[in-house]
Amino acid sequence: MDDLRKTSRMKRTLSHMGSAVVRDKVGTAGFALLLMIILMSVFGPIWFPLDTESDPDKLLHPPSSEHILGTDHLGRDIWAQIVSGGRELLVLALLTASIAVAIGIVLGSFSALVRGKFDEIMVFLADVWLTIPRFPLLVVLSGFFRLDSVTLAVVLAVLSWAGLFRTIRAEVLSLKKRDYIEAAFMLDLPMMHVIFREILPNMMGFIAANFTLLMRAAIYAQVGLVFLGLLPLDQNWGVMINVAWNQGVIYNPNAIWFLLAPTIVICLLILSLVWISRSLEEVFNPSLRK
Amino acid sequence: MQKDMLVFAAKKLMKVVFTVWVVTTLIFFLIRLMPSNPIERYIQNLVVQYGMTYEEASSRASSLFALDLEASLFVQYIDYLSSAVRLDFGTSFLSPGVQVTQIIAARLPWTLFTVGMGLVLSFIIGIVLGALAAYRRESWYEPLISGTSSFLSAVPDFLIAIFLILLFGVFTWGGRGSIIPIFQLRGTYGPGVTPGWNAPFIRSVIGHGFVPILTYFFSQIGIWVLLMKGSTSGCLNSDYAQIARARGLRPAKILKSYIGRNAMLPIATEFAMRLGFIIGGSLIIEQLFVYQGLGLELLNATSNRDYPLMQAIFLVMTIAIVLSNLFAELLYGVLDPRIRHGGGKQDG
Repeated sequence: MDDLRKTSRMKRTLSHMGSAVVRDKVGTAGFALLLMIILMSVFGPIWFPLDTESDPDKLLHPPSSEHILGTDHLGRDIWAQIVSGGRELLVLALLTASIAVAIGIVLGSFSALVRGKFDEIMVFLADVWLTIPRFPLLVVLSGFFRLDSVTLAVVLAVLSWAGLFRTIRAEVLSLKKRDYIEAAFMLDLPMMHVIFREILPNMMGFIAANFTLLMRAAIYAQVGLVFLGLLPLDQNWGVMINVAWNQGVIYNPNAIWFLLAPTIVICLLILSLVWISRSLEEVFNPSLRK
Repeated sequence: MQKDMLVFAAKKLMKVVFTVWVVTTLIFFLIRLMPSNPIERYIQNLVVQYGMTYEEASSRASSLFALDLEASLFVQYIDYLSSAVRLDFGTSFLSPGVQVTQIIAARLPWTLFTVGMGLVLSFIIGIVLGALAAYRRESWYEPLISGTSSFLSAVPDFLIAIFLILLFGVFTWGGRGSIIPIFQLRGTYGPGVTPGWNAPFIRSVIGHGFVPILTYFFSQIGIWVLLMKGSTSGCLNSDYAQIARARGLRPAKILKSYIGRNAMLPIATEFAMRLGFIIGGSLIIEQLFVYQGLGLELLNATSNRDYPLMQAIFLVMTIAIVLSNLFAELLYGVLDPRIRHGGGKQDG
């Protein structure tokens, strides 16, 4: 009985979110774009495998019928690298956002429900934490630790606790005044039950919007640190920008797609995430609707 | 009223001191307690490379870090704090004998110049465009302004920098060369000019700073437009503005006395908060333009493991942001009396 009520409420929120996003042009465009990038990254490598061998006859070639985006400094196809370069970024961004959202939900709702000294201290700490510049901190940390992409994904999630903590806390505080939450407290239901059964399902849109924004921040940091050469070079779009830049591609207009192509796909990915979060926010906050 | 403001300011000041202390402490223990302790590594390096005895190397390291390595960790920590208060961060590893503060003083003006110019220009043009978009919601250019702004605010700043470098320095337009020669997109000023108040130097500085400034401009203007549009249309729809209109007040009067101040409130505080980022700039953008500012210096310090320089720059960046946050909060307190009376407490 209890489960049924929960799933129906979840379903209602989700379908509400879905329909509102479809009605919103920007949201639809964002979802379509993200879906295309995901499909490309999942299935693309099957049709366009990476060139494993370099070809000294075709260094930095301009686009041609054989290589639609030209070739890189080792004569390998750039389109195949674009197709394969998104998977890692997407997975790492999902990882960061999931951990960060989990931390934010637990700390934020706990703090808002408990109140008192614990809440005051947490709010103060979050305030202090938010003033520490994030990206320089990551650069400094990379001077002490040997960061790799997966560690970075976890570190990023932990570092971004404060922002999400604040927004989720404020959200729970306003939800708390609703009757059904007060009823749940009067029934003496356990805290975990109130958080996960009563509050969370009503915050799905809000959380989803924050989730995509966190993914955006994670991609920014991953690509940025890779560009600065502070992360090991695997195969992703950030690495392509780094390599293209260090190979002096900007001095060679023929090979400009080596630099331009990864830059454009990263822009598209981030745009799709921002568009999705914007339309989700409108679902969540009807006062923004026109 | 006066006392209110004083208590409010004192509380905020406490927070500033606490934050700076947290960051200073964090850096100290990072350096001293890490498994790959940089000081230990430096001593080992001296021993291996220059054949010094451990004592010699250790005394050299302690003079470099301005730390007494013989003393207990707690005493070292107090020493470190007291010299940090006096803004004495010791000398750089990489260029021995040069005070860290000297290096920072040399790099800071460049970052201040580019980021500051970008911030001020984007702020002025952004609020004008934002207000325009809010007032003329039915016009043909409103979707254009809003669309471009939301696009620009989404794209990461360093990708904007790459696009601008390609547009200005690489692409050739109509058979002629690129708009700006590519070598001008690297460095702070060209070779062959002597720094000082002379025309060739100033021209060179502006020529080299133009695209970085443009990058900061484009990466921030979207936020100002959206913020200004949101807050202005919020005020336009508010009850007091509608009543003012119903009373038949002239639009100019409504704009000046009813909307202007209220719409500017969130914008002014956001501006104050962003002032702090002038110091840090963007590390990646400075790296892209090889612009010799503080961000690039932090990167160099990190890749060369120049720990005294690293910790000092990071601390300076944090202090700038903390102070600008304080400024923003005080500004908010002055502009909006409700905040002071509530003691700044956020309640749902």
